[in-house]
Amino acid sequence: MSELPGDLLYTKEHEWLRREDDGSVTIGITDHAQSALGDLVYVELPEVGQDLDSGGDMAVVESVKAASDVFAPIAGNVVSVNEELSDDPEKINSDPYGDGWIVRLQPGGGDDDDLMAPDAYQTYLDELDD
Amino acid sequence: MDALIFNKSRAGRRAFAQAPRNAVDVDIPQSLLRPDRPRLPEVSELQVVRHFTRLSQLNFSIDTQFYPLGSCTMKYNPRACNALAMLPGFANRHPLGPVSYGQGFLSCMFELQEMLMSVTGMRGVSLTPMAGAQGELAGVAMIRAYHDARGDHERTEILVPDAAHGTNPATATMCGCVVRELPTGDSGDIDFDALKGAVGPQTAGIMLTNPSTLGVFERRILDVAKVVHDAGGLLYYDGANLNAILGMVRPGDMGFDVIHMNLHKTFSTPHGGGGPGSGAVGVGERLLPFMPVPVVSREESQGRISYGWLAEDDLPQSIGRLSGFMGNAGVLLRAYIYMRLVGRDGMRRIAEYATLNANYLQARLRDAGFELAYPGRRASHEFIITLKHEARRFDMTAMDIAKALLDRNYHAPTTYFPLLVPECLLIEPTETESKETLDGFVTAMMDIAREARENGVRYKEAPYKMPVRRLDDVKAARDLDLAFRPDADEGRET
Repeated sequence: MSELPGDLLYTKEHEWLRREDDGSVTIGITDHAQSALGDLVYVELPEVGQDLDSGGDMAVVESVKAASDVFAPIAGNVVSVNEELSDDPEKINSDPYGDGWIVRLQPGGGDDDDLMAPDAYQTYLDELDD
Repeated sequence: MDALIFNKSRAGRRAFAQAPRNAVDVDIPQSLLRPDRPRLPEVSELQVVRHFTRLSQLNFSIDTQFYPLGSCTMKYNPRACNALAMLPGFANRHPLGPVSYGQGFLSCMFELQEMLMSVTGMRGVSLTPMAGAQGELAGVAMIRAYHDARGDHERTEILVPDAAHGTNPATATMCGCVVRELPTGDSGDIDFDALKGAVGPQTAGIMLTNPSTLGVFERRILDVAKVVHDAGGLLYYDGANLNAILGMVRPGDMGFDVIHMNLHKTFSTPHGGGGPGSGAVGVGERLLPFMPVPVVSREESQGRISYGWLAEDDLPQSIGRLSGFMGNAGVLLRAYIYMRLVGRDGMRRIAEYATLNANYLQARLRDAGFELAYPGRRASHEFIITLKHEARRFDMTAMDIAKALLDRNYHAPTTYFPLLVPECLLIEPTETESKETLDGFVTAMMDIAREARENGVRYKEAPYKMPVRRLDDVKAARDLDLAFRPDADEGRET
């Protein structure tokens, strides 16, 4: 299992979230998630401008094994989506924390208490593994 | 791989012995006739025989190898069913022929309806759905029609456990319902408290497979039925795992209001290549008026028995028709013959041997060091092992092991389903396998694990001995190319 990036926050549903300097947040799925899904074949992205509820459906990732919802870790308005995933969904497999980002949101307020720091997420993963 | 039969085509080559003897003048307007000849391969009879015999030899099939996908995919098809279904009286019957000419076939279909009712504990059966998915669609459409007929229009929510087959939520959505997912408890049963919290005046029904896809029997099914019925909802039984309980316990007695049966699975009819199937539906008292038509009827007057069809006039509240005629007649016939050959006592033996074989295999694999997903539970007709430890220790996934099995001449079990269990193999041997075959499978699994442990073999490139190696799953999913295009493929030598 690769090292978890230290500047990200994580969810129990295996999304990650990065706070950008301009106040927006970038969201993707973790290395654990992409590894469990297997090779991705399709990503369904939300519309730019769409308002998302915290915990609501944000995107769908489909692999050779399964289709899975990606949930919005926080509420917000979609600022941009990673259009390149439409042609190259496997970017999520090869670079989940970089080129494989999925959505950028302008946070809409509300709490984000459920987000985990890297060490807490690692502990959570270890528990899942047992 | 072998060349396509189109690549073997040479202009003017003919299989004369197979050509029609008499040219028939047909009175079809010129405007409706195609101007060009159909693009069929031009090959000799012997070329055709060799081509398809060779392809059949490349096939990995239940006729040649152990196939632990089980009744979920295909059981052994007894030859007698096929032989009897091919009798000319059946094979030459035309669906548009007069009903009086098809009394023999109709009597078989009527008896099939009666036998299915008897073995499932339902009050009515319609044979028309042509696949499991269509049976599901019919079942949930009937649930909706029932609520609508009562003016109960707010009931639009269908409860589906997270272990369910993917078709269940898809069916509910196709019927205009909203899906609400129910979590599974640690032992594999539905989380009962979550169920109690989820039902209400919006509940249209619940879709359940029992035994579930986790290979365990839902122990509180009577409590589940009570909770859902008390809330005003109905219970839908997905017949995918009916094989495990045939003749032992009946969905109707568990409280189910509607059931679909995969006759092409549980009742052993051939369906290679994705069809044809039969998703016959059974219903309890409340859903009788809503059955899809036609349904076979039997009348007795002045000592004379006659069979016919119940159609829209007889069942005005029916959800309607699902196929041009009455479903896949040949499949229904084979299921009927299978049930007649097996008999009432045989039904019970099917379930007993299916579960015995599964539990034997489960115990042997456990003793061989493989981890069971639900170690505290007895298997139904199938069980799950998880290879997550192998995946972590050896970087060897369930898929790698599945491919390694092929090289040892065993078809792989279901991989990566149900989704709840990481790196899983879902193993269903069925009732027809001998102890020697099951032992051979265990030996193959132990070999694979030992090679990994002692010799560092990882099977990343397996299979080595099959006609094709690892296929590009991503390309297959993204670049679907299902049509032969002669211009693109012509003359290609492979």
